[in-house]
Amino acid sequence: MGAVGAAAVAVPLIHQMNPDASTIAAGAPVEVDITPVAEGQVIKVFWRGKPIFINHRTKKEIEEAKNVNLASLPDPQPDSARVKAGKEQWQVLIGICTHLGCIPLAHQGDFDGYFCPCHGSQYDTSGRIRRGPAPLNLAIPPYEFLSDSKIRIG
Amino acid sequence: MSGHSTYQPQNGFMKWLERRLPIAGLVYSSFVAYPTPRNLNYWWTFGGILTFMLAAQIVTGIVLVMHYTPHADLAFNSVEHIMRDVNYGWLIRYLHSNGASMFFVAVYIHMFRGLYYGSYKEPREVLWILGVILYLLMMATGFLGYTLPWGQMSFWGATVITNFFSAIPLVGESVVTWLWGGYSVGNPTLQRFFSLHYLLPFVIAGVVVLHVWALHVVGQNNPTGVEPKTEKDTVAFTPYATVKDGFMVACFCIVFAWFVFYLPNYMGHADNYIPANPAVTPQHIVPEWYYLPFYAILRAIPNKLLGVIALFGSIGILAFLPWLDTSRVRSANYRPLYRQFFWIFVVVCLGLGWLGSKPAEGGYVYAARLLTLYYFAHFFIVLPLLGFIEKTKPLPNSISESILDKDKH
Repeated sequence: MGAVGAAAVAVPLIHQMNPDASTIAAGAPVEVDITPVAEGQVIKVFWRGKPIFINHRTKKEIEEAKNVNLASLPDPQPDSARVKAGKEQWQVLIGICTHLGCIPLAHQGDFDGYFCPCHGSQYDTSGRIRRGPAPLNLAIPPYEFLSDSKIRIG
Repeated sequence: MSGHSTYQPQNGFMKWLERRLPIAGLVYSSFVAYPTPRNLNYWWTFGGILTFMLAAQIVTGIVLVMHYTPHADLAFNSVEHIMRDVNYGWLIRYLHSNGASMFFVAVYIHMFRGLYYGSYKEPREVLWILGVILYLLMMATGFLGYTLPWGQMSFWGATVITNFFSAIPLVGESVVTWLWGGYSVGNPTLQRFFSLHYLLPFVIAGVVVLHVWALHVVGQNNPTGVEPKTEKDTVAFTPYATVKDGFMVACFCIVFAWFVFYLPNYMGHADNYIPANPAVTPQHIVPEWYYLPFYAILRAIPNKLLGVIALFGSIGILAFLPWLDTSRVRSANYRPLYRQFFWIFVVVCLGLGWLGSKPAEGGYVYAARLLTLYYFAHFFIVLPLLGFIEKTKPLPNSISESILDKDKH
């Protein structure tokens, strides 16, 4: 009985540290107008305090992302699984290095993608990890196209 | 040990108090009559220096809290307010921030002294492990405190360190969200870090009491590593150790004051005078100097989970030192081989520290891998083997004999 009581008291004491109602409410989806994003440009928007990269990829970048031997990747995933069908010029990523949470720099590194200045992880034009200590590809947030020029993230 | 005199209350009030709470007797037997080995050198004064630094950090910290605001929108400006507006605020803040560095200087000397003279060996294992716990608490407190000014290094340091926990399989992400109180480092993170930064020094003070208690049960080690046997081997704590400790605290304060008044930002980073910006990571993100060797170990390993394990393992392994070192001779003065390996180990630790401050690329990474390998080999291979193959020098029969012999030459 004592142990049950202690556990019952421990739950609120521990759970109070999880995101509170206002933090969760502030994490609601955001809508972004992507018309001004020129080809070859990466913009950064915030959702849930996380930077979201919206990359309007060039033809060359798309080709590079497609022509990769999947077996050579640390976290194999085809480019088609990382973009919406028919919208492969638009690539939406959570801009947080999967190593220890720094923000990678766009259009840098040996793979034309992203380079993390903290510990040297390099990602390709599809946001897949290619070299360095990061274990996983850059994550993709939940998002959908509301129209050709507008997306909703979250 | 030596037949020290027991406390005799002198006046009526002390006699009255002693029968109800024998605190004066406890202080007398612990810090006045307490027998200390007569051959202790100046390396043994760092325990006293550390106690002084803990008290200094608590005093300056409590004063800073009177003027600081733990909120993501206000913290940075409140620190500038302390620096510019509060009377002597600049002094108190520089004492606190440089005090943290000086605290670590003292603890590293204290730890290496323990390593050199084998102070962790039977019967001082618990004393040593309490010391490792104190060191971990100090590291946690230092990290939490560094986030409070909410500059760029504060923010990104907090991000990188909390992300260590995302390496935990399956539950890592939930643990990190719980630590943050949000989906990224933000105001809830700052507020809880502030709360814990205020708490931990008092936890440290509590463990220090246990550390000193354990010390007074087993007695101090000494440069010969031979236990005191007769009264001739010891002197009373007061005045001998008190004066010596007091003298070294004063010398240490000269160095401390030199940093505070002439190089107050030498051990900080310019980036931390830029307000936290969640959109931009600083180009070269490095922790405070006292974490650099462990940072180098983290970055040396090209796998996230293994890197984090190696980082925590490199500290945790210290707790097992009393059993990894198989030699029965304590002091390196009588261990010719260990003495050499000890200095190699010191150089390796300094080397790792230097590499931790360099960018993680090219030759630096390979050097860090080599030194990381040696760091662990020191504990897992060198120390266990030395106990079997080393031919130690003959130990003196007693502490007083070792001193009298020296006088003859």
